Amino acid sequence: MATTSPTLELSGITKAFGSVQALADVDFAVRSGEVMALVGDNGAGKSTLIKCVAGIYPIDAGEIRFDGREVHIHGPKDAAQLGIEVVYQDLALCDNLDVVQNMFLGREVRTPLFRLKEAPMEQRTAETLDSLSVTTIQSVRQPVASLSGGQRQSVAVARAVLWNSRVVILDEPTAALGVAQTRQVLELVKRLAEQGLAVVIISHNLNDVFEVADRISVLRLGRNVGVFERAQTTQQDVVAAITFGIPERESAA
Amino acid sequence: MSTSAPSAPAELRRPETPESLGALVRQRWEALKAGDVGSLPVLVFMVGIVVFFTLKVNVFFTAVNFDNLLPQMAQVTVMAIGVVFVLLIGEIDLSIGYLSGLCSVVLAELQLPGSGHDYPWWVAILGALAVGALIGGVQGSFVAFLGVPSFVVTLAGLLAWQGVIIQALGTQGVITVYDRQINDISNYFFPDWFGWALAGAVTAGLVGITIGRIVSRRRAGLRLGNPAALLLPVLLWSGAAWLGVAIANRDRGVPFAGVLMVALLLFWTYVAQRTTFGRHVYAVGGNAEAARRAGINVAFIRVVVFMISGVMAAVGGIVAASFLQSVDLTAGSGTILLDAIAAAVIGGTSLFGGRGFVKAALLGAMITQTIQNGIDLVGYSDAVKDVVTAVILLAAVTLDSVSRRRLARSGR
Repeated sequence: MATTSPTLELSGITKAFGSVQALADVDFAVRSGEVMALVGDNGAGKSTLIKCVAGIYPIDAGEIRFDGREVHIHGPKDAAQLGIEVVYQDLALCDNLDVVQNMFLGREVRTPLFRLKEAPMEQRTAETLDSLSVTTIQSVRQPVASLSGGQRQSVAVARAVLWNSRVVILDEPTAALGVAQTRQVLELVKRLAEQGLAVVIISHNLNDVFEVADRISVLRLGRNVGVFERAQTTQQDVVAAITFGIPERESAA
Repeated sequence: MSTSAPSAPAELRRPETPESLGALVRQRWEALKAGDVGSLPVLVFMVGIVVFFTLKVNVFFTAVNFDNLLPQMAQVTVMAIGVVFVLLIGEIDLSIGYLSGLCSVVLAELQLPGSGHDYPWWVAILGALAVGALIGGVQGSFVAFLGVPSFVVTLAGLLAWQGVIIQALGTQGVITVYDRQINDISNYFFPDWFGWALAGAVTAGLVGITIGRIVSRRRAGLRLGNPAALLLPVLLWSGAAWLGVAIANRDRGVPFAGVLMVALLLFWTYVAQRTTFGRHVYAVGGNAEAARRAGINVAFIRVVVFMISGVMAAVGGIVAASFLQSVDLTAGSGTILLDAIAAAVIGGTSLFGGRGFVKAALLGAMITQTIQNGIDLVGYSDAVKDVVTAVILLAAVTLDSVSRRRLARSGR
């Protein structure tokens, strides 16, 4: 897998908010079938970078390439059109709606006269959850409010992959989860990559990162520090890169 | 929106599938204990009211009173439907009382013989509905685009439309509705055979819908669940339809206002439960930010919901004008606003958004209007009526708040 060209490739991304330089000449790439971790201290620019990809912030300079073609992302719709889905930390689920309703929210299967077609939606929800081996959800017709944190995360991830997405970006998917539920979600992340998606995971928890990621991108103060192959690095190296920054000796992207 | 963190064992449990009747009943009972009370308190309470007044006055439990009650109820019910939608998105509309009054003034003006704008009945009705939709849309725009709290916008509406009514009726004080068709809305009773045909149509419709659902679920390879759970609503609702027609036919027959009320309930239930718009209404009420990120045009949904509220207020105004066969300075005043909001809430619509059904309008209006009807018949004063309605409203909102807390605690 590691030899294929990147699905999503960012180069020279620059973004400023007034006088604050949030991102300066940042490169980032993720290939299909790999889990790329994006790590860095608070204020390193992780969220800003993700929001640029998701079309929430316009970039000041730089280039975004998707499948090798240069693309311009002007809004969340453009990102979704390309197959880029972001699962935000707060999950953005409606507690009062059930699993099926949340999975298809805003993209319901319907007749031309806006009548909902429940059966196909329920069927595809069950299929998608099955394909991700999410077995703990007892009924896809129960309200999301009744689900545990891990189950909610699973629903949010399943929603992201429902739309033939190519790149799934997970923002702190294991924050606020217990041990068992963290395990569930990490398994889910691995499965996404196995299915051939390009997965980006943002996390503060290096244990989680080292468990699932193939490569680790480190940002510090809005700049690239480097990209590490997980198999060839240690947590100490990554911590050092996050805290002090080190030369880009291992940059492979 | 607090969700308690559940324990790990709940994760590992692979729960029973609700197939057997016993499991279904148990599931419902668990939900009840967890605070999801559904329509149960309303129905129990309704039975209590009916028994109480039946013992108290002879004329209460009669076909004549049933036929009187339905047109009386219709105004509150249709306006409460609009309130349900507004509450579903977590907003409030305080203007509907005087807005309904204003719309009935428009209706009366447009049919007024010898006034130079003596239009046919349908123009008058469309005019009233259009005014309701327009004003609702304007009020909703303030909420959706400018972020003004709906409480304030519609409170301003309440004052303004009251003023407009006084200004419009100032010189004569009252407009008599002469138009036959308009007056028939609240005063026409269908012949017996038509009532039976309606009940038959209701049953046929329910059976058709249920079969359609079974077929589409079969085709998608989904489980059908317990046949009893499919059959029960069909039996319950068609039973109610046949019983209603049977009682009404012992007196003057099925009132047009009652049919209008049921038709609107069915229509808006369809909109709320079976269309993308309805789904998005629930989403906006549940989590507006999530709805926005899912690509839903939240402002559009909000404006349309306030337009629905305005249109239903207009329908209420039309029904009221027809009932009284005139429009005067008291149009839309008094308890109608609070009756409509109370009906929606008593019927089980949450004030906190995202939870409730259109049928709540009927259930709530049934309770409050039956009580008011009973109190009138017994001969208690209006003071008693007000206090009793207040106590029920408080009880309903308390139930809503408490059940919300319990739902949150049990992670629902």
